[in-house]
Amino acid sequence: MTLLSQAVIAAEESSQNPLVPAPYDILWSTIIFVIIVVVFMKFLLPKMQKVLDERAELIEGGLKKAEEAQAEAAAALEEYTAQLTEARAEAARIREDARSEASDIVSESHSKASDDAKRIVETAHKQVAAERQQALVSLRSEVGSLATELASRIVGESLADDARQQRLIDSFLNDLESQVDNKQKAEG
Amino acid sequence: MANLALGAATTAASELASDDSSSNGFFGWLFSSNGFHPPSVSEFYPPALLFEGTIFEFNRIELARVIAAVVLMLLVWLVVRKAKLVPGRGQGVFEMMLDFVRVQIVEQIMDKENAKRFLPFLTTLFFAILAFNITGVIPFINMAGTSLIGLPIVMAIWVYFLYLGVGVKTHGLGGYLKLSLFPAGVPKGIYLLLTPIEFLQVFILRPATLALRLAANMMAGHLLLVLCFAATQYFFFEASGAMKAMSTVTFAAGFAFTLFEIFVAALQAYVFVMLSSVYINMAIEEEH
Repeated sequence: MTLLSQAVIAAEESSQNPLVPAPYDILWSTIIFVIIVVVFMKFLLPKMQKVLDERAELIEGGLKKAEEAQAEAAAALEEYTAQLTEARAEAARIREDARSEASDIVSESHSKASDDAKRIVETAHKQVAAERQQALVSLRSEVGSLATELASRIVGESLADDARQQRLIDSFLNDLESQVDNKQKAEG
Repeated sequence: MANLALGAATTAASELASDDSSSNGFFGWLFSSNGFHPPSVSEFYPPALLFEGTIFEFNRIELARVIAAVVLMLLVWLVVRKAKLVPGRGQGVFEMMLDFVRVQIVEQIMDKENAKRFLPFLTTLFFAILAFNITGVIPFINMAGTSLIGLPIVMAIWVYFLYLGVGVKTHGLGGYLKLSLFPAGVPKGIYLLLTPIEFLQVFILRPATLALRLAANMMAGHLLLVLCFAATQYFFFEASGAMKAMSTVTFAAGFAFTLFEIFVAALQAYVFVMLSSVYINMAIEEEH
């Protein structure tokens, strides 16, 4: 028994070189390490990697989406700017058109008004001329009878003095005037 | 401090300590100090819990590894199970770590296409090493799973076969040997000197240094912590007068080294994965 225990102690002593592994040390180390490696590489790390990949994908997708949205927004802005410019140009054109149209209308009405005025004046002129003509004609027809009447009156009256003669002439002319006035009134 | 007690349990002196504990109960055991026990290599050969003497021997370091592995997978599973496009707090931290491995380590060395190819394994490696390292400062475990050289060797061998396999697959067997043993742009005579060095480098030193660096760092860290806390226990409960005050110094040192060990745990994970990426990249690159 003591021999056996001494042998065991001797064996232990000889194996107590920390740089030389005991067989059981190697065995257990291998078993434990292999289990860790298998569990990590087959199960834990791939599962974690899946989540990490998913996240990377999500972030990349998000970045891409944001980029697309930005490009879209830029395109829309460009389009709107173009449309706005076009609309402004159109508005300017419309304003210009309206202005020229207005000036056309004004000048047209100007010319029309002046035409009307000219026509009215012309008509008036013509009327005046016609009336004058008419007056002349009526005067010519009346002057003869008037002269005859005057002469008969002159002859009928005694022409003793100049003053009387003068009165006669004046009253004649007054008659004449009133006669013309009456005529004009009757006509007017 | 549990590790101290468990580590000391293998030594003959612990027989006395356990006798003490049986007479004074749990607190008697906890606050007792039976002389100063400097930590030794026996720390890394705790008594077996199961299957003693067989290849299936299961001790508290194996238990620490199992706990680390289960907790790691559970934590990551809890995060991954509820992984969403918009991350919560836990997922945010996990993603930060994933990004750290990808951006700060692997993509610094490889181009993105190759990085994507090897990232799953390198990420797993980083998390596994971090989990196994951090158990060194977790109370009641107090033993880094990587401080026993078996696990670093297994991981280094995995990386070793990975970069050799990838190299042969990329360049063919002859092409890869020529690439790694006869680097271009060197005068012919130099190959007499260079080829043996390169051979050692590629086939022996790279995996060996990967494993040794990690294991040695974790071992040293564990011994430092045990030393600090064993000294604290001794100074506080056994020494008297001015020597008792020394316990504050050793406790402060233990506190500082605990923080330092957390840093080293992350640093060694970083270094291991960084060098693995470099070796893999050297194997797939045309010229180096």
